[in-house]
Amino acid sequence: MNVPEGIKYTKEHEWCRKEEDGTVTMGITDYAQDSLGDVVYVELPAVGEEYESGSELAEVESTKATAPVYSPVTGKVVAVNELVEQRPERVNESPFDEGWLVRMEMAVPSQYSKLLTAESYRVHLESEEG
Amino acid sequence: METLFDHHRPGQAGCRLLDEALPTTSDAIPAPLRRAALPPLAEVSEPEVVRHYTRLSRQNLAVDTAFYPLGSCTMKHNPRVNEQAAALPGLAALHPHCAPPLAQGAMRLMVELEQMLSEITGMAATTLQPAAGAHGELAAMSIVRAHFEGRGERRTTVLVPDSAHGTNPASARMAGFSVEEIPSTASGTIDLDALRDHLGPDTAAMMVTNPNTLGLFEGEIDRIADLLHEVGALLYMDGANLNAILGKVRPGEIGFDLVHLNLHKTFSTPHGGGGPGAGPVAVRGDLAPLLPGPRPVVGDDGTMEWQQPSHSIGRLLASHGNFGVLVRAYCYLRSLGAAGVVRVSEQAVLNANYLRHRIGDALPLAYDAPFLHECVLTASELKRTTGCTAFDVAKGLIDCGIHPPTIYFPLIAKEALMVEPTETESRATLEAAAAAFREVVRLAHEDPETLHAAPHTTPLAHLDDTRAARNPILVEPLAAADHD
Repeated sequence: MNVPEGIKYTKEHEWCRKEEDGTVTMGITDYAQDSLGDVVYVELPAVGEEYESGSELAEVESTKATAPVYSPVTGKVVAVNELVEQRPERVNESPFDEGWLVRMEMAVPSQYSKLLTAESYRVHLESEEG
Repeated sequence: METLFDHHRPGQAGCRLLDEALPTTSDAIPAPLRRAALPPLAEVSEPEVVRHYTRLSRQNLAVDTAFYPLGSCTMKHNPRVNEQAAALPGLAALHPHCAPPLAQGAMRLMVELEQMLSEITGMAATTLQPAAGAHGELAAMSIVRAHFEGRGERRTTVLVPDSAHGTNPASARMAGFSVEEIPSTASGTIDLDALRDHLGPDTAAMMVTNPNTLGLFEGEIDRIADLLHEVGALLYMDGANLNAILGKVRPGEIGFDLVHLNLHKTFSTPHGGGGPGAGPVAVRGDLAPLLPGPRPVVGDDGTMEWQQPSHSIGRLLASHGNFGVLVRAYCYLRSLGAAGVVRVSEQAVLNANYLRHRIGDALPLAYDAPFLHECVLTASELKRTTGCTAFDVAKGLIDCGIHPPTIYFPLIAKEALMVEPTETESRATLEAAAAAFREVVRLAHEDPETLHAAPHTTPLAHLDDTRAARNPILVEPLAAADHD
């Protein structure tokens, strides 16, 4: 499984990247897209809505199941990836790049550093697979 | 796929319409609403219609043509005597709004069925009104809500385990509650510590399927009931899996306050594709006045009449439930008798365990624990070693003449295959099914590409379900019809 360095992760298989302007971009990990299988529909939040970390932010539907996507941080939605609404397969093909889901403005910037590092997410994946 | 329009030939007909029998366009219909041309119906002869639909029916993989171990759905054999009873003219042709003096037999059947279901569940009273399982869940959650409103208590939360049927949280939400998910332990049952953390004065109820969707009996159900009752909340049982404990365990005696039953699973009736169903709800005594109404009751003079419970949540359905399903359940129970009912659950558990044993190491259990009437196998290891998934195994089984088990449910199991052989399957059928499972797994190892492309024997081969979901084509153009 691809677990890129330099970004953060959650135990629920979301990734989170800090941008230069201080916002964070998030999506689902390679492991998540592989477990779900072919993504056929993505439901994204409205720009401007506020979410607590751990609350349901989006929904990803595959041919197998519909999975909730949890907000990795507390904050306000500043942008959503309209591309994946039209082309949900991008979540499978490019989960860390073109298949991103939501960009957020953090209410509590210190939350970011508390998310999992690539190394500890890899350990978590091994325990899930175990 | 061939449609009726492929047989269309202008001028063909299955019957002769007399010109004078046809209504003429009336001036009463405004001009914009009048049809300008004849509708594009297929013009076909009667033999062609008969052959077309017979051909379609033969392409169906059904419980009457194949082994059908669709976990959680309990695709039971429906004894034909049920059909004879349901087809009796006095029952089948009875108008649902018939005056009670003319419907005494049907009403007595309903009263007696309610009594039998109350006895089976260990509850005080039962409503037959809900039309399906999820409707029964909604009825039960509405009763929970009315119960607390009647006491002036404001309780907002319903707890649902992460192994639950998706309808549980949906029903709780529809009844106005917010839902909190309770995780399962590594052994697949409710995590009691997590449950304690979620319990509070705002807890209205917990919805528990027992045995759960992994086929595992929640052994600590009495402790769970105590925890709920200590905070004043109710414990509801989703009775989807009642066929595993029928005649052995009465929900009312292990701490449940109310329960819904799926008559079409546990008490026969053919079902699938949306119906027909029946989802009666049985409740303990103090909840009986809240049941939907009107209910059939025996009056002082012994005649049946309709009565609205004193604090009823109201009517949930026009008429009185899916009456034909009630007749089949009544007939099923009367022909089995009390001893037969016990044998149903014993045989269901035996069949599931026998099949699992015969499938052997080919597909291991997702949660390795003693299970009852169904088991959840996992293709995780198979996927890792061969690239073949639960989906591929399911499609491969079709080529073996078996309806696939439920796949990718419950969500907590990876690459899940949920297998439920019903109690009426013979040992020979189970042996053949186990051999088919093993054969498909062998194919995954030896020729994964062939398995990826399965099924090969169906009228339409391997369908692209991803493309179908991403770009659904919802309208079939009626191109062939020609009405010059």
